[in-house]
Amino acid sequence: MILLPIIEIKDLSYTYPGLSKPSLSNITLSIERGSFVTLTGPSGCGKTTLCRCINGLVPHFYGGEATGEVKVSNLSVQDQPISELAQHVGFVFQNPENQLFSLSVEREIAFGLENLALPREEMKERLEWALDVIGIEDLRQRSPYELSGGQQQRVAIASVIAMKPKILIFDEPTSSLDPLAATKLFKTISRLNKTLGLTIILVEHRLDLLSTLTNQVIVMDDGEVKMNGKPIEVFGSPLAKLIGIGIPKIVRLYQEIANTGSVTKRPPLSVEDFTSYLRSRL
Amino acid sequence: MINVENVSYTYPSGINALKEVSVEIEDGAFVAIMGENGAGKTTLVKHFNGLLKPNEGNVTIDGINTRELSIAELSKKVGLVFQNADHQLFCETVEEEISFGLKNFGFSDKTVKKRVEWALEILDLAQYRKTSPLMLSGGERKRVALASIMAWKPKIVVLDEPTLGQDQNQKERLLQFIKQLNTQGNTVVLVTHDIEFVAECNPRVILMAKGEIVADGPAKKNLTNRRFVKKASLILPQITQIFNELADLGLPKDVIGTYEAKQLINNLIKGEQ
Repeated sequence: MILLPIIEIKDLSYTYPGLSKPSLSNITLSIERGSFVTLTGPSGCGKTTLCRCINGLVPHFYGGEATGEVKVSNLSVQDQPISELAQHVGFVFQNPENQLFSLSVEREIAFGLENLALPREEMKERLEWALDVIGIEDLRQRSPYELSGGQQQRVAIASVIAMKPKILIFDEPTSSLDPLAATKLFKTISRLNKTLGLTIILVEHRLDLLSTLTNQVIVMDDGEVKMNGKPIEVFGSPLAKLIGIGIPKIVRLYQEIANTGSVTKRPPLSVEDFTSYLRSRL
Repeated sequence: MINVENVSYTYPSGINALKEVSVEIEDGAFVAIMGENGAGKTTLVKHFNGLLKPNEGNVTIDGINTRELSIAELSKKVGLVFQNADHQLFCETVEEEISFGLKNFGFSDKTVKKRVEWALEILDLAQYRKTSPLMLSGGERKRVALASIMAWKPKIVVLDEPTLGQDQNQKERLLQFIKQLNTQGNTVVLVTHDIEFVAECNPRVILMAKGEIVADGPAKKNLTNRRFVKKASLILPQITQIFNELADLGLPKDVIGTYEAKQLINNLIKGEQ
């Protein structure tokens, strides 16, 4: 049996209602089950719109004109109601405050499950599982509003994974977090990818902290996919620099010093790789 | 000059956001205030333009206590650009937005026109002059907010999280703009936790945690100190992480910026050959 990609997009173009210029043009790509995909590109390039096409908010909620095909777990997104898609694709927003509304963390996580009309026992089981996986058992009785930004982001993730989606989309989840909280969050996401096998799509500008965790980088510009490959290939390419993505500092430093001698085109991505590369040149 | 003397501030909700904070910021200084969410960074800078008045202690701007001045008077000297641009944008076009403050300060029509053109130009917004700020992207809205404050040329410019939501190209333009402002003699204060951005511009760094200042000194010193960095919920800049591993080669550990790193490594490679 051949395993189909979990997400398949063919010739997708999309224009929001009231706009004349398409936000997405002729996008074709596939994402394998269990990938950790980083989606990046300049502001306004269509990253968030593409994510909305995967969870069905486009076109079901936003309207507008979509052509082409988006398939998630071999289901056509156009034909599925958002509620059905929510069990396949979980979405964590930039600002967790926008998606939290309950008086306690437990209630917050239970809410989505109640909407699935699950038996009480299974709801309890999933609630405990989500609290445990994300490591927030100690917060269960707290109000989401009195938590720090990093903690709120964890609650939002727990309430999404309780729905047991196969795909998790994060739209710039660390943009309002301090660097320590951002690092922790990326590690949690990586763990969900490695231990539960969830497919991750992470929209992000801050690539320094991600280059060793992700295994596929998609670069968009002006509504099109311009690059799609392994981090080492994408970050090392002159095109990435031209489009203006946040190439990790380690790669930039490597490129600056690489000019002084003959080196390979595969840049180091971690501190360890960089120092061992440098030592090899001495 | 900004002088903060033993300032404490508690919000009506009971959160004690500043605890006996003292700091001096001289004219023409370039300062980054860094620290975890809720450390008191924004509360501190809101005292600079009188949006907040201390419960205890004093804040003086050029020797005048902020309690004796209105926010309008203080705003002429201290321009504060909010973290969330939407909190300060309300006009129908970008042009109107930028001229609003100028008109309120009573500048002549001719000056208003000249200043608006200048601000549109330097922040690369001329093509949006007739556009509603609400139609623009997050990054563009932040530039409009900045333009509307730069237009009245405050001597002290305070930017709260200016790099948030900005892509790489916008960050680089912002970096150039900030350096230019500072070279022209403006005092520039950044509130940020974008450690890699600060590492490239090397300002004085004030680290805050839990309503207190935990360290105050050059970026090169504070951002390479593991203990300080951890206290402020930051991480070491990537360049510093590399140089920490290379100390046995005779390289210094206190390196934060790409340019200096490149020079040092290139010299090392040349020396070996």
